Amino acid sequence: MSERSRSERRLAWMLCAPAIVTMLIVTGYPIGYAVWLSLQKYDLRFPDEKEFVGLSNYADVLTSTTWWSDVWNTVIITVASVSIELVLGMAIALVMHRAIFGRGAVRASVLIPYGIVTVVAAFGWRYAFDPASGFVQNLPLISDTAAPLTERNGSLAVIVLTEVWKTTPFMALLLLAGLALVPDELHEAAKVDGAGPVQRFFRITVPLMKPAILVALLFRTLDAFRVFDTVYIQTAGANGTETVSILGYQVLINRVNLGVGSAVSVLIFICVILIAVLFVKGLGTTTAAQRGEDN
Amino acid sequence: MTRTPREIALWSIGILVVLLYALIPVLWIASLSLKPSDQLGDRRFIPQEISFENYETIFNTETFTRALINSVGIAGLATLISILLAAMAAYALARLDFAGKAIILSGALAVAMFPPISIVGSLFNIWREVGLYDTWPGLIIPYMTFTLPLAIYTLSAFFREIPWELEQAAQVDGATPFQAFRKVIVPLAAPGVFTAAILVFIFAWNDFIFANTLTSTDEARTVPAALAFFTGGSQFEQPIGAISAASIVVTIPIIVMVLIFQRRIVAGLTAGAVKG
Repeated sequence: MSERSRSERRLAWMLCAPAIVTMLIVTGYPIGYAVWLSLQKYDLRFPDEKEFVGLSNYADVLTSTTWWSDVWNTVIITVASVSIELVLGMAIALVMHRAIFGRGAVRASVLIPYGIVTVVAAFGWRYAFDPASGFVQNLPLISDTAAPLTERNGSLAVIVLTEVWKTTPFMALLLLAGLALVPDELHEAAKVDGAGPVQRFFRITVPLMKPAILVALLFRTLDAFRVFDTVYIQTAGANGTETVSILGYQVLINRVNLGVGSAVSVLIFICVILIAVLFVKGLGTTTAAQRGEDN
Repeated sequence: MTRTPREIALWSIGILVVLLYALIPVLWIASLSLKPSDQLGDRRFIPQEISFENYETIFNTETFTRALINSVGIAGLATLISILLAAMAAYALARLDFAGKAIILSGALAVAMFPPISIVGSLFNIWREVGLYDTWPGLIIPYMTFTLPLAIYTLSAFFREIPWELEQAAQVDGATPFQAFRKVIVPLAAPGVFTAAILVFIFAWNDFIFANTLTSTDEARTVPAALAFFTGGSQFEQPIGAISAASIVVTIPIIVMVLIFQRRIVAGLTAGAVKG
C-alpha cells in the first residue's frame, strides 16, 4: 500500500471516528446495560432486593399472556398499516409519476403529513372520532353516538388510520424514486405488443421495482413495529390495544420494574433484528436474481 | 402530448383527492384551535365563530412556552451536533478511498432501525445516577441514535453528487486550498447540508418517547411530551382547545419549511434509501 493511500485511509477513519464512537456509545452501551439489567431482579420501589436472577425475567415475560397479546396487537397494527400504506403509497406515487400538471401541489401536500409531529396527528384523529368533539359522527351514514375509541376494533382502526395517514407519504416518495428507475421504453414496447395498463403494471413496473418496494417495506415495517406515540395518545393501551412498546413503557417507567422491563426491551430488540434479517435476505435474493437475469 | 378533457378531469380528481387526504386532519385541528371554548363540542368541521382565546391561553401557560423553548433548543442543538459529526463522516464516505465504507453505512442503518423503547430503561436509570435526567443534554444525547444515521445517509448521498474536480480546477487557476474550499466546495455542498439539517430537525422535533420518559418537569420537557401532560379543568377533561392551538403552533413552522424546500427534501429522503 502506498504512503498516499495509507494516509488517505487514516484521514478517512479520523473523520468517521467521532460519528462512529457516538453511535456506539448511544446505542451499544445502553443496550448492553439493558441486557445486564434484564438478568437482575431490580424493582426501583425495592432497590435493596436487587439480585442476579439469570433468565427468570425472560421466563416471566414469555409465559405471560400480556406479552403475547401485545405482540399480536403489534403485529395486527403493523401488517394492517404497512399493507394499506403500500397500496395507497403506490397509488400516490403513480399519480405523482404520471402527473401532467399539479405535480408540485401533490408533492407539497403529501409532505405535510410527513412533517407533522406524530403526537399532533394522533390528537387530531382522536378528537375527530371522539363523540364529544368529533366531526366524524356528524357525517352522513355514521351513527351520532359511535365511539370507536372505546372499543377494541374501533381503536385499532383509528390507530391504523393515523399511522397510515402520517407515513404513507414517506412510502409514496420511496416508491416514486423506484418508479423513476423503470425505463419508459419497456412500457412503450409492451403497449405495442398489446399489453393493457394493468398488465404492464404487474408485469413490468412491479418486478422492476421489487428492490425499491422491499426497502420501503423494510423501513416501514420496522417503524410500525415500534409504534408508540399514536397508541399512547389515543388509548394509552386501553381496550386491548397495548403494543409491545407500550408494555415496555408501562413496566419500565410506570411500574419502575427495571429488571422485567429490560427483558421486554431486549425481546423487542430481538424481534426487530429478526424482521430486519428476514427482509435483508429477501432483498438479497431478489437483487441477486435480477443481476443473474442481466448477465 | 395532448390530453383529452376526460383525462384532464381524471387527473384533477386524483390531485384533489390527494390534497384533501393530506389537508383534512390539519384543517380539522386548525378549526378546533379557533373555536371559542363553548363551541368546542359543536362537532362542526368549520368553526361558526373564530376566536383566538386558545392561543392566548397557551402563550400565557408557562408549561407550553417553556416546552416551546426546550423543543427549539434541544432539536436545534441535536441537529447542529449530528450534522457536524455526520458531515465529516460523509465527506470521508463520499470522497476518500478506504476499506470499511460498507460496514460504516450498514452500521448506521442498523442504528437507525434501533427501537427506542429498548434503551429508555437503561437511559432512565443511568441518567438519574449521573444527573442527566430531565436536562437538555439528557435528550440531545439519545437523539443521536436517530439523527446521526439519518444525517450520514443523506449527506453522503448528496456529497457523492458534488463535482469535486472543481476544487482542483480552482487551485490550478491559482486559488489557495482554503479559497478553493470556501468559494467552490462550500456553495456546492451547502444546499445538501441544509436539507439534511431540515430532515434531522423534523425527526428531533417529532420525538415523543425519549422526551416522555427522560424528563419530568418543565426543565427539559419538549412540546410533544408537554401536550400529553396538558390537563384541563378536571382530571378527566381534556383541554381540547389548548392542545389544538399548541399543535398548530408546532406544526406551522414545519409545514412552512417543508413547503419552501419540498424539492430538496424529497431528494434527500429518497437519495439515502435508494442509492445507499
